[in-house]
Amino acid sequence: MYKSATPLKSISAISPAKKNNLNHKLIIMKKHIIIFASILTGAILGCNNSGETTNATTDNTTQAATTAGGQEAVKDDESAKDVVKIAVGSKDHTTLVAALKQADLVTSLSNAGPFTVFAPTNDAFNKLPAGTVEGLMKDEKKEDLQNILQYHVTVSTIKAESFIDGQTLGMVNGDNITVSVKDGKVTLNGNAHIIASIPASNGIIHVVDAVLLPPAKK
Amino acid sequence: MKKITISLLAGLVFSMLLMQSCKPKNAGTAVNADAASKAYVAPGKYDEFYNFVSGGFSGQMSAYGLPSGRLLRVIPVFSVDPEKGWGYSEETKPMLNTSHGFVPWDDLHHTELSQTNGEIDGRWIFGNANNTPRVARIDLTTFRTNEIIELPNSAGNHSSPFITENTEYVVAGTRFSVPPDDANGDVAINTYKQNFKGYISFISVGKEDGKMDIAFQIKCPGVNFDLSHAGKGKSHGWFFFSCYNTEQANTLLEVNASQRDKDFIMAVNWKKAEEYLKAGKGRKQAVKYAHNVYSDKTHSATSEIKTEVTILDAKELKDICYFIPCPKSPHGCDVDPTGEYIVGSGKLAALIPVFSFDKIQKAIADKAYDGEFEGIPVIKYDAALHGEVKKPGLGPLHTEFDGKGNAYTTFFVSSEVVKWSIADLKVLDRVPTYYSVGHLCVPGGDSKKPNAKYLIAYNKITKDRYLPTGPELAQSAQLYDISGDKMQLILDFPTIGEPHYAQAVAADVIKNKSVKFFKIDENSNPYVSKGEGTTKVVREGTKVHVYMSCIRSHFSPDNIEGVRAGDEVYFHVTNLEQDWDVPHGFAMKGANNAELLIMPGETQTLKWIAEKPGMYPFYCTDFCSALHQEMQGYLRVSPAGSNVPLTFSTGKNYPKADSTVAAPAK
Repeated sequence: MYKSATPLKSISAISPAKKNNLNHKLIIMKKHIIIFASILTGAILGCNNSGETTNATTDNTTQAATTAGGQEAVKDDESAKDVVKIAVGSKDHTTLVAALKQADLVTSLSNAGPFTVFAPTNDAFNKLPAGTVEGLMKDEKKEDLQNILQYHVTVSTIKAESFIDGQTLGMVNGDNITVSVKDGKVTLNGNAHIIASIPASNGIIHVVDAVLLPPAKK
Repeated sequence: MKKITISLLAGLVFSMLLMQSCKPKNAGTAVNADAASKAYVAPGKYDEFYNFVSGGFSGQMSAYGLPSGRLLRVIPVFSVDPEKGWGYSEETKPMLNTSHGFVPWDDLHHTELSQTNGEIDGRWIFGNANNTPRVARIDLTTFRTNEIIELPNSAGNHSSPFITENTEYVVAGTRFSVPPDDANGDVAINTYKQNFKGYISFISVGKEDGKMDIAFQIKCPGVNFDLSHAGKGKSHGWFFFSCYNTEQANTLLEVNASQRDKDFIMAVNWKKAEEYLKAGKGRKQAVKYAHNVYSDKTHSATSEIKTEVTILDAKELKDICYFIPCPKSPHGCDVDPTGEYIVGSGKLAALIPVFSFDKIQKAIADKAYDGEFEGIPVIKYDAALHGEVKKPGLGPLHTEFDGKGNAYTTFFVSSEVVKWSIADLKVLDRVPTYYSVGHLCVPGGDSKKPNAKYLIAYNKITKDRYLPTGPELAQSAQLYDISGDKMQLILDFPTIGEPHYAQAVAADVIKNKSVKFFKIDENSNPYVSKGEGTTKVVREGTKVHVYMSCIRSHFSPDNIEGVRAGDEVYFHVTNLEQDWDVPHGFAMKGANNAELLIMPGETQTLKWIAEKPGMYPFYCTDFCSALHQEMQGYLRVSPAGSNVPLTFSTGKNYPKADSTVAAPAK
């Protein structure tokens, strides 16, 4: 009942994350069995009160893409690849892909776009303090992970040569990124450099060598 | 998709056991086992709702039944429709006339049912032409387009055809700002900031007859006006328009119109505008626009080119227009049933701002402004804000309401509909759409009295939802039952063209007023034949007028001779039937336009050029009786200058006794 978000062959390249995902699913399955049992015994537990409470926002947000499949589930090996499929096919982006899945962003990024995705490499993630990525991959940190990943996406296709020195980009999470261009080299927020650009069917991926960290929330 | 099916089956088992509200959701709750029964309308039974769906680039509007999703009718509006002779018959050609001449196609984006006291009254439905700016009014007794008015000073009429709560006005707003019609448009494109202006139009609608007239236009700064909705109840007298590209970019808007953190919702005090108009503050401007009206008595249209419009300048008349900052290129601009809350959906925003009408009024009274934009006061964001829905989804577009304090917003990027509570701005439920939803519709969902049993999502991407049909696929619509706390997907159906906005209304509001036929006695078409005895063929120089009638199952006349090559033949065909659902068709070999489809009691005219001598059959195209296949005739064309006399008859032109048949017999 809990379908993998991305039924792509190259998924096996990211086995550790997938394992993590599977564990997560098993936990949920167990949860359901428990709930089922509790309904049978006539005791209606926690499952009803999630609707209109303050927690509902978080709760509902996190389940967005875990419902039936979105466009990522469309079987189509002929069309040009979207940003997700390109990332999935890159061995340098296994951490990013695992994170996108954990953050339920695969459905959104498989959509029509147009997206500009700044895609940190595995090395970029490794530059973060030890334990950061592992921490963000925990379910209770999902919202933080979403915030960070959405900070790497803007809606519109911006080619590398179109960036303007001093430009501000509004990112999907609601925060801004500043762009600097020196001698044709693009730097984001002063520390992330675009090291390659890959056009996708629904936008463009700029590979970056550092993770962009959104400004602290007020 | 197989994976989905498998997981769905597995999910069904669980969902039948688990309570629906249990989380997390799974594929099982996406389509529940009772969905089929909820969408099922037994053969011969009527649907509960009419659903009027814009046809987008088809230029037409379609009527569906809900909950079945059955297509009831495609109503031709802005595009020619050879099937119905729309735009091809002499009577309907003037409907598509514009200041640019005859325009055979357009892009119909939004539908709006007429209202009285903020409730759908079922009289008319309006549609907008997005390309060559126009507004159409469709009569819901006949389901036919009865009026089209063009809009001067405009390009890309997108924020239209939304109405005030008593249908006093239907509005239009220019999506492309352009130099006004009376200015020189031959200027450098990058002089946008100096030369381009945005006009919004208030078209008055006749209380009884629905006749449209441009009451006034308001000259506004050059931006892109996107969508709009009228205030209602306490905010009646106001109109709200979303606008983007306040960067005033003239190229690569994909990037350049997304620079500012906030664009605007423009609040328009149209009652104030009316006062200024009365006080003579308007300026008369010379323009050219077409006003086309179809009469159900003459069964024909007239097109008049009008030459003047009255302009109110928002910069000079300070208290008509106010800008309210709204994050990130707002698209949808929706007003809740109480008229207090205005929802702006910034398509690039990470939140949905909800503005309060009372707060806007107070901000104006207190002059709580953040300066001006192009001479128009900008109200402080916080001074107008009721609150924000935080992290609702990605890519908010449009919102409709259920009248129970809830709003439903579509999210294009995250492909979902999200239900949230207006009072406390909390997300209550979300459902996926397949895929990439644009507009949504709740019956009466933008009126004071929603009838919120269903919600329909109109999607932009179809991909694998239906059997593949090559590169182009029908856009999908999804029907959700929203009568409970949770939205439930119950049906998926294909649509015509590209649906944008749609409206729905209880069938009872419309179905009993439907016309079954036109009374032949009231037919005042100049070329009508009110009986077979009055049919005739008249030559006027090289024009030949055929006054023809049809009734099951023959044309009168059905034998016509004496037409010469080079003649222009006008077939004026009257359907003499006075019976429901008996149209007759008329098709002529070699016609380079279309067929006619003539309703009972109606007269329609097909122009046909007799190109060269020969025999030209014509026939009825709409299966009308058991002898439909016998419903036919011949027109003989002789060479130019021929002296074959002009004759016409039905059932009289038999072979002479001493000719063909008698000879061989012996």
